[in-house]
Order: sequence, then C-alpha cells, then structure tokens
Amino acid sequence: MKHSARRIWGLMYRHLVLYRNSWPRLVELAYWPVLQMLIWGFTATFIATRMSAGPAVTAGAMLLGGVLLWEVALRSQMGVAVSFLEELWSRNLGHVFVSPMRPWEMVTAMLGMSVLRVLFGVLPAVLVAWLLYAYNLFALGPVLVLFFANLMLMGWWVALFVVALILRHGAGAESLAWTMLFALTPFSAVFYPVSVLPKAMQAIAYALPSAHVFEGMRGVLLHDTVRWDHLAAAFALNGVWMAIATLVFAGQFRAARMSGALLNIGE
Amino acid sequence: MDAIRVNNLTKRYGSVLAVDGIDFTVPVGATVGLLGGNGAGKTTTIAMLLGLLIPSEGSIEVLGHAMARDRFAALARMNFSSPYVLLPQRLTVAQNLRIYGHLYNVPKLERRINELAEALDLTELLDRRTGQLSAGQKTRVGLAKALVNRPELLLLDEPTASLDPDSGDWVRSWLERYRAESGCTILLASHNMAEVERLCSDVLMLKTGRIVDRGSPQELLDRYGQEDLEEVFLDIARNRGLRDGRPAGGRAAGKPAAGKTAEATA
Repeated sequence: MKHSARRIWGLMYRHLVLYRNSWPRLVELAYWPVLQMLIWGFTATFIATRMSAGPAVTAGAMLLGGVLLWEVALRSQMGVAVSFLEELWSRNLGHVFVSPMRPWEMVTAMLGMSVLRVLFGVLPAVLVAWLLYAYNLFALGPVLVLFFANLMLMGWWVALFVVALILRHGAGAESLAWTMLFALTPFSAVFYPVSVLPKAMQAIAYALPSAHVFEGMRGVLLHDTVRWDHLAAAFALNGVWMAIATLVFAGQFRAARMSGALLNIGE
Repeated sequence: MDAIRVNNLTKRYGSVLAVDGIDFTVPVGATVGLLGGNGAGKTTTIAMLLGLLIPSEGSIEVLGHAMARDRFAALARMNFSSPYVLLPQRLTVAQNLRIYGHLYNVPKLERRINELAEALDLTELLDRRTGQLSAGQKTRVGLAKALVNRPELLLLDEPTASLDPDSGDWVRSWLERYRAESGCTILLASHNMAEVERLCSDVLMLKTGRIVDRGSPQELLDRYGQEDLEEVFLDIARNRGLRDGRPAGGRAAGKPAAGKTAEATA
C-alpha cells in the first residue's frame, strides 16, 4: 500500500510540476469557470432588473448556483481526462505503462489531480460570484458538500468513459474530453426543472445523477428543503455508472494491450 | 539462471503474423542483440517483454516472473529506454528522474539522482528542461531514467539512433562499462551493426517474425563468411544464404555460442 501511495504521488507530482512550469496551464484552470461566472452573473443581474425583488433573487441564485455546480462536474471530468491527455501529448505513456504502476494507481492519481483542478478552477469563480453579485454559494448549507461530491463523482465516471474511448480510438477521440459532458447538459436540468423536458428526455434526465443534484438544489432554494430522495438517487446512480465505467475502462485497457494500441496511442 | 525465457511467443494482428512462435532464453548477465529489418518483429517482441502487448500465444518469463500473471513484480526489476518514447519535455531532467524514482519506489531518491547525474554527465543539466536538450543529452537522460531503479534487466530500443558518432560512441562505451560493473542483463534492439558487434555476446536475427539465426557476432560472421554484421544482415534480408549453402530465412540450426548465450529456436 505504501508503494502504491508513492507511485500515485509520483504521477501527481508529474502533473503538479507541469503546472508549476507552465503558467498558461495554471491560468486555464480558472479561465472558463470565471468567464462563465462573469457572463451568467451579468445575465442574472439584467434579468433581475426586469423582475420583482423576491423572484429575482431566487432566479439569480438558481442561475448562478447552476453555473457554479455544473462547473464542478465539468472541471472534475476534464481534470481526469486532461491528465491522461497530457501523458499522451508528451508521448510519455509508454514509460508509465512499463513502470510498476498499476492501472488503478494511475486512475487514482488522475482523480487526485481532478480534485485539485476543481478546487483551483471553481473557487475563483465562487469568489467572483460573491464579490460582483453578492452571491454566496455556501448559503446552500452543508448539503452543498453532498452536491459537490455527487457532481465530482459524475465527472469521474464520464472521464473514465472518455479515457476508455481514447484508448480505443487514439488521440482522434481527444475532443471528447471537452465535449462529452456538454452533451449531457440538456438532460442535467442545470437551469430548469426536469418537468419542462419532454417525457422521453425526462427518463434520460432521471438516469443521470446531475439532474437529481440540480432538482435538490432547487428544492433548497425554492422551498428550503433538502430532497434526500434526490440525493440518494444521485449517489445510487453514481455508483452504478461508476461500476459500468470502471468495467468499460478495464476492458478497453486490456483490449489496447491486445491490439497494440498502447504502442501508437498518440496517433 | 535465465533473465528472460520465451516460449512459442506469437503475436497476430488480425491476419498479420507479427511474431511467429519464437523461443529464446537470455542468461543473467548477458548482452543480447535483437537484429532485424523493419517489420521483423523486434518492437513487437520488446513490447510483449514489457507487458505493453499481450501475446496471442506462448509465454514469457522475466526474472522468474510469468508476465501473464505477475508482470508488475517483473516490471519493478527491469527498465526500458527508447528514443521513440519520450519523457515529458516541459519538465526538468531532475523532475523527470524524480517522477520515475517515485514510480519505481527508489529509496534515497535524491542521492540516486545525483549518482546517475554524475555517472552520465548530467549534473549541469539537472535543472534544464528536457525538451531543450540535444539528442545526445536526451539519450543520456533516457538512460538515467532507465537506470533509476538499478534494473536487473535493461531493454534498449535503438539506444544510439539519431546520435552523432561521438555521442553514439560515448553511450556504447558507457553501456559496456555499466554492464561489466553491474552485471545487468541487456536486451538491445538496434539497426546499428557495429554497435551490436561491439556490445553483444549473442545476437538473435529476426525476419518476418521468426528467429532465423543466432549466435555470437563472430559465429555469425564465420557462418556467413562475411567481414561485418551488416553484410550478414543483408545476406539474411536478401535471402542470400549461408556460406555452406543452406538458405537464410529458415529454421536456425547454428550451435549456440559458448558461455553467456542466448538460445533460440523458431
């Protein structure tokens, strides 16, 4: 276990020094979350001027809360997928895969980097929301930790699917690292309730943990109620999707070792 | 005691047979060359020895560990260097060595990095970004990475490719000295015949996925009646045959070299 911890740290150290040596990468961590917050923050402010005080505050809170929480899932997913892509871009994967590092240790290191990317990406946006729009995400209360945890977990299993696809299709699939979670945004009911979706889309939405998280967020903001049913559903769905993603990743890793894809994955 | 034991090793990619049922052993402490033209199966064989590729058939045992079920125990005791597999270019030499020191659980890592830097003339380069180094310097950094865990088995894929003659000679001299001092087993894939002749006690000649001949460099020269291994290589590649009239490209029947030898059949 001690050896595993050291190998996990070794790969995390590789990414940490990469960020230390590259300021554009550091800036990129917070760039999109802060930009999103600026755009949606001013949009919320504009809408608020057209509404009466009470509903305006609630609508603004739902919009900004949605933006910030969805960034957690996005940054979490990109944190894993981009860490894997960094190895691919630097053509270093061969050395990593012939070291004693187990695949699960590599994934754990990427998850660790994902946590750091979420913190360094989302916290500046949370600060911007507080400074410019007097919006305090932490006002959601302790349940916020559970929302965060669920969205991070969702980012992780989506990233495992992305990495599995890159293992299968090579660097040609790398754009999925930026686009895959966006494809789930309409179903995640980030800015509107699931009930506004057509019935068929509602079924898809309720199969995603994110829709339950955002329904839960609206429950807190609109009714000051923690919807434990939605939270339980989110955790259960994350467990199921994580298990499926792990099996797909393990299968693709083995398939890549069979097909020789690990030798030319950069192409 | 063998560092590597390979039995009936076969790799198929669909209908393409990349490695065709090869058998060989590499004794502990030997330096064995893997020679063959492009597409002969050298890279595929090395990839299977490293666990990057799962064989279609056959078995590999490295340092007593079966690669099919215990590859991580073997990987901890071996290492690999190739100019075609890079280290992260934006990181400094010291950072790269530190990463791999952690991945291989190297004790007293900073001391080991300094030892390697001194031995490979890298001390002045430790804080330089790897991407800013010359080809020769990068080769030395690659070697330092490959030696960070004091491997008992070193797999080298064209270690002097793209180096000028002076740098290439420096690397070859260093490898000779290192092997003599450490007793490390080396399996070397190369297109540089002079390098193989100088470094290897035995040579496995590969062609279309099969081992078509084997022996010490001198034995091969005698067998083909040639002055250097390049001519032997060309004889085999062009099916010009052995001096005694037997065709090249078939089953190897040469007597294994005495002492530290690679034994192979196909």
